[in-house]
Amino acid sequence: MNMLVNDFAARADTASGERPLLRIVIVGHVDHGKSTLIGRLLHETGSLPDGKLESIKAISERRGVPFEWSFLLDALQTERDQGITLDTSQIHFRTAKRDVVLIDAPGHAEFLRNMITGAAQADAAVLVIDAAEGVREQTRRHCYLLHLLGITQVAVVINKMDRVDFDESRFRELETEMARHLASIELSTTTIIPVSARDGDGIARHRASIAWYTGPTVLQALDRFLPAKPLTDLPLAIPVQAVYKFDARRIVAGRLETGRISVGDDIVIMPRGTTARLQSIEAWPMSEDSQRPRSARAGQSIGLTLDRQVFVERGDVISTPAAPARKVRRLRARVFWLDEEPLTVGAAIGLRIGMAECRGTVSLIENAVDPGELAPDEASAIARNHVGEIEIALLQPIAADLYTANPRTGRLVLDLAGRIAGGGLILEVDDAPDRLKEPNRSTAADHAALETQCTRLNAGLIDLPPAKRLALFRKEIAGRLVFATSFGPEDQIILHLLVEQAIDVDIVTLDTGRLFPQTHELWAETERRYGRRIHAFYPQHDKLEALTERHGINGFYASREARLACCEVRKVAPLNRALAGAAGWIVGLRADQSQHRRGTALLSVDERNLFKLSPLLDWTRQAVLDFTAAHRIQTNPLHQQGFASIGCAPCTRAVAPGEPERAGRWWWESDEKKECGLHERPTPAKIPA
Amino acid sequence: MDRLDDLEAQSIFIFREAFARLRRISLLWSLGKDSNVMIWIARKAFFGRVPFPVLHVDTGKKFPEMYAFRDRFAAEWDLDLKIEPCPPIDAIDPTLPPAARSAARKTEGLKLALAKYRFDGLIAGIRRDEEPTRAKERVFSPRGLDGGWDVRDQPPEFWNYFNASPPPGAHLRIHPILHWSELDIWTYTRRERIPIIPLYLTRDGKRYRSLGDSDITFPVASNAGTIDDIVRELEATKIPERAGRAMDHEAEDAFERLRVTGYL
Ligand SMILES: Nc1nc2c(ncn2[C@@H]2O[C@H](COP(=O)(O)OP(=O)(O)OP(=O)(O)O)[C@@H](O)[C@H]2O)c(=O)[nH]1
Ligand SMILES: [Mg+2]
Repeated sequence: MNMLVNDFAARADTASGERPLLRIVIVGHVDHGKSTLIGRLLHETGSLPDGKLESIKAISERRGVPFEWSFLLDALQTERDQGITLDTSQIHFRTAKRDVVLIDAPGHAEFLRNMITGAAQADAAVLVIDAAEGVREQTRRHCYLLHLLGITQVAVVINKMDRVDFDESRFRELETEMARHLASIELSTTTIIPVSARDGDGIARHRASIAWYTGPTVLQALDRFLPAKPLTDLPLAIPVQAVYKFDARRIVAGRLETGRISVGDDIVIMPRGTTARLQSIEAWPMSEDSQRPRSARAGQSIGLTLDRQVFVERGDVISTPAAPARKVRRLRARVFWLDEEPLTVGAAIGLRIGMAECRGTVSLIENAVDPGELAPDEASAIARNHVGEIEIALLQPIAADLYTANPRTGRLVLDLAGRIAGGGLILEVDDAPDRLKEPNRSTAADHAALETQCTRLNAGLIDLPPAKRLALFRKEIAGRLVFATSFGPEDQIILHLLVEQAIDVDIVTLDTGRLFPQTHELWAETERRYGRRIHAFYPQHDKLEALTERHGINGFYASREARLACCEVRKVAPLNRALAGAAGWIVGLRADQSQHRRGTALLSVDERNLFKLSPLLDWTRQAVLDFTAAHRIQTNPLHQQGFASIGCAPCTRAVAPGEPERAGRWWWESDEKKECGLHERPTPAKIPA
Repeated sequence: MDRLDDLEAQSIFIFREAFARLRRISLLWSLGKDSNVMIWIARKAFFGRVPFPVLHVDTGKKFPEMYAFRDRFAAEWDLDLKIEPCPPIDAIDPTLPPAARSAARKTEGLKLALAKYRFDGLIAGIRRDEEPTRAKERVFSPRGLDGGWDVRDQPPEFWNYFNASPPPGAHLRIHPILHWSELDIWTYTRRERIPIIPLYLTRDGKRYRSLGDSDITFPVASNAGTIDDIVRELEATKIPERAGRAMDHEAEDAFERLRVTGYL
């Protein structure tokens, strides 16, 4: 069998490759004739395939209606039966100058999400208005959304002129009204065209019926729109899609949304701020090294390698040090909302900017309006198909820009339970303060004031369930809060409650380097389930090297002093780094875990002068087990093998039934204080008087 | 960047999104020009090798040239090929017109393969310009638990943000070349020198424009003996691409019915 492997001159530009491509969306109120306009336009320009006219005729006859041009695109049976467009559709056609993709959008308010789906892909828009009905609710709403979607080129078509006897004064009236309306939402147009789409007047040629009009036809107007330009001149932004390790190379994959990049360029990875240099651009197929690309520009999907082993992950943005993307924890955006339930203050929602996904809480809503009426909404909520300005507090910092600085990294999408529910433009951002630079509070006066606040808060916390305790803690304490999880069942419950309520807390973990593989698996599984990264803090390598030098790799078995030194390097020091600059932290202590833990309060002030909340303090082991079972919260499989409290592998063992829970930790030591110094330092630091 | 570079960059982006956001994906290889372009682009996206299985849902009625092509290039391209059979015709909804009923075997075969491998994403090479219900598709298109397409409730999808959280047991269809035209496919195939099945080229004054099952797919009159000829032919023709696919033309709603129950 001979296979055909074609071997024509490669990379020859084709005729179609050189013609500009324009995407144009047709919008407007329901039934004003958008689909008809497209059908007729394709017919007038001889673009319909053979047999199409006959088939539309047969379909119309079968339904007992006069010939319907809209049936070309309204292909679904319900659309044809009801004479209405449900979902957006696209069709290719060619003018003398260019290739055009016409995007049909539905006009019914019920399908606004589909209109947005179509319009968001367009470079320009044609707004269709029924001459007899005039400007209606969706006419206004669509205009406003075009503006929000960033579409600035608009032509207006006054359709169904036959229904107003081709009356020029009616046309002028609508022309004035539309010019005023567009200006009020910062859009403008130079083209307003009278047509009768059904009959083809003014579509591809002028007809005697509208002799008083001398401007462009619809076809000419389409040819006057400008194609979109790639955003090559803006600063570099590559949202990272993935990091691949298919072979020896560690390839960072992503698309250049804006800017350009060349091998050897310095880059900065946001939001972390790590710097590196572009070592290579990887490509396939590539028979020789000399074919390797040296540079790339906006629009291209590329793979790259860096000159050093820096941590980079999906959601990061590669930018240029001269104008990096911002590290954002709070932002203000103008958004449209599509979900049935209105968006309200306090709502926990998912937020996506580029590849970054993060949860956040809506902290403020202002200027909500119904763009169909252009009437302000009373409530501080954004109803379905309405727009408004919101402020969101994010659970973790992400990279973003202002829309005015970068139209790609400056827009966001809101999602609710995994389904896109809105989108908008970023108006303002609060750059996250660098956590390491913020000094810890440490004076005695501070401490006393904190103790007073603590006593007051404890009274309010005591009768609340853990979820409400966490929420109240967040509400009452200004500044950064940290939750350091060790993936024990209590910690898993706290993490679940935090994420479920989208409480603004940094979730971190301390990887001592000696954890069980099962703990790492649970960690990864937990990240997957909750869709967020748990930030790891590691021991510092020089300290670790010195420790091992002094005591040996398993020296902690030899003496309590050696064990505490190990805990200090592997756990306490990383925790201190995690807590630097924080105002408070959350822990999974329970009073019944050990004799020693019984005296603790729900909220205390620790020796770092940080608030420390133990929301599960008064829960029993059984309550914890019941809750994890009821909410299908994953726990460490080692618990099934008799492990109770799980820490580092060499220092944890299973306990016998009836033994105290923490008996499996540092079991070779005496029973009194099985602590590592995380929750209490063995020799507490004195607060200066 | 020219037009083909643009199309390719968008398709690579879609592939990488599918790979990053879903757990078990597979590419549907129908052996035709479109899915060959898809495999080519997947190899570009992942630097040479397709990092997920390639699924051929085999009706058993393909042309011999297609099977030979499959076996040769599965090996040459180092594909993780899974071949899955389709149930016999008696198992298919008897109210469908004959050719559509025959085509629906593929839907059932697909459902069996989905149940077997528990894929949460299937990558399919459909294009908007092929057929008007395909023109209404999303790039990431959710399917119900029964594999069905709820065309009245498609989620919003804009600015290249995709909905990729199928409920447990359901899957997504991912359409990386939805935005390509038939002409784009051929100019790209020519530029990249992607192998094709010779049935696309003229033999005795006829060639296939679209390849399906041998009993319900018919050649069109054409003298195009090279891809250059095909490109020239397409720039002038007014005959629709799927004119030779019988199931599209039996009844006004035949294709929509097929698609709603899970056909591609
Ligand atoms: N008299 C008259 N009727 C028209 C004209 N253009 C369209 N129509 C009719 O208006 C009705 C609605 O047309 P469509 O094209 O379906 O309207 P649409 O804007 O696409 O509607 P949706 O997509 O549902 O929002 C159809 O019955 C058309 O035949 C026109 O120029 N004159
Ligand atoms: Mg319509």
